[in-house]
Amino acid sequence: MIEEVSMLLDDQDPSVPAIIKGTGHLPEMRVDPISLFHRVREECGDIGRFRLADREVVLVTGAEANEAFFRAPEDVLDQAAAYPFMTPIFGKGVVFDASPEERQQMLKNQALRGDMMRGHAQTIEAEIRRMVAGWGDEGEIDLLDFFAELTIYTTSSCLIGRPFREQLDGSFAEIYHRLEHGTDAIAYVDPYADIDSFRIRDEAREELVAKVQAIISARVARGEIAKEDRDLLDVLIAVGYDADMVTGIFISMMFAGHHTSSGTASWAMIELLRNPSVMASVVEELDTLYADGSEVSFQALRSIPVLESALKETLRLHPPLIILMRLVQQDFELLGHTIAAGTMLAASPRVSNRIEDDFPKADEFDPGRYIDPRQEDLQNRWTWIPFGAGKHRCVGNAFAMMQMKAIFSVILRDFAFEPVDGATYADDFTKMVIQLAQPARVRYRRRTA
Amino acid sequence: MRVVADTAICQGHQLCQGEAPDVFGFDQDADVVTVLDEHPDESRRADVQQAVRYCPAFALSLEED
Repeated sequence: MIEEVSMLLDDQDPSVPAIIKGTGHLPEMRVDPISLFHRVREECGDIGRFRLADREVVLVTGAEANEAFFRAPEDVLDQAAAYPFMTPIFGKGVVFDASPEERQQMLKNQALRGDMMRGHAQTIEAEIRRMVAGWGDEGEIDLLDFFAELTIYTTSSCLIGRPFREQLDGSFAEIYHRLEHGTDAIAYVDPYADIDSFRIRDEAREELVAKVQAIISARVARGEIAKEDRDLLDVLIAVGYDADMVTGIFISMMFAGHHTSSGTASWAMIELLRNPSVMASVVEELDTLYADGSEVSFQALRSIPVLESALKETLRLHPPLIILMRLVQQDFELLGHTIAAGTMLAASPRVSNRIEDDFPKADEFDPGRYIDPRQEDLQNRWTWIPFGAGKHRCVGNAFAMMQMKAIFSVILRDFAFEPVDGATYADDFTKMVIQLAQPARVRYRRRTA
Repeated sequence: MRVVADTAICQGHQLCQGEAPDVFGFDQDADVVTVLDEHPDESRRADVQQAVRYCPAFALSLEED
């Protein structure tokens, strides 16, 4: 029998919204998922369970169980059915995630292919420079606002195409953010429940559809253009998709790369500000690397070891996704237990990334972990899992790392940063899509030669 | 050294071929890596290590004989 974790927030507590009273650990997961997931390991070990309404969730941690989780074939552990909060965001008929075979096909045919990376690196560098072009000699930015807007431009330009990106402005990022915020775990009971965050989500989606409709109408009115000037939107219009479907496809394409990259860039900045000696070594590395005038789009595709270690350590401590879920389709043997079909099975990057035996002083920010011979990421490939692992390992991870290297190459060479007075910085864990809590302001000052 | 590729988790990014084309090949039909030289010469260590380190699927490893 798999042990069940204790319940710290009674599911009949007066603070619990009526719609999720009696749903087991769901109310607690909406308030403090980190403590819940860590407690599963502390109380139950490598395999434990909690309850979300009528679903039992078995949460595994540790290398052996994680490997079995990540290696299981699609017909045994299904990913699509495990994330009910995504369906209203993408829209009906747009799949949550492609099968590994389809993913591989996508990889071969389009935007994430290795040989496309050079072009993406140039695009990303240009987008960052555009974002900082309006900065003065000193000032303040909010990390969430800044990186969320930047990554809307980079993901749309690289994945959909430059013409589409050129038709977007800051308002698109603002609406997209409201959509991401509509991922309340109440969706495990009813993804269309009559609550504020779902109403805001649905309004945001309609606003995006209206924006896409306007862009489509303008393109239809303009008529045919030369093949080399077309982007993915022109292709989808030609195929005959309507604005609702196109918007759903774009939302789903951008989703995986948006809040994840935006959050990682923000936390990398915060960790560098909290660890001035690491910041100094990263800045020194970049100054040396670019002293000969080489281009960011060239170097971002190559090894930048000190910066990379800082980014990996940021990802280990602040994985953008704290839990990965699957729906068990056929009875599944795991660590001597039979997990019945219909159960949800989960792995937690947040918990596994901080297993003390694999990552000594696991709560400390120590980029030295990744330097030879420690290589704690490669040595622990089933527990160092900010990108997941196995066949479903984030296909965009090389793109993501390149983007991070490009961003920090530009901003740390031109500007110095410091926290604003009294700033503490924390994540908002109340939605399944975790975002930096605002305000998250930092000060910048232009560096002088 | 011995080069090991886990074809069950390879995603077909083909970055390893860029680092060490004499060590890593690609099976077009199965869309996965093939190891052309399981025991490359010691002089190839740096490139092979680079391929292992930057494999986006973490599908490669290097074992010492």
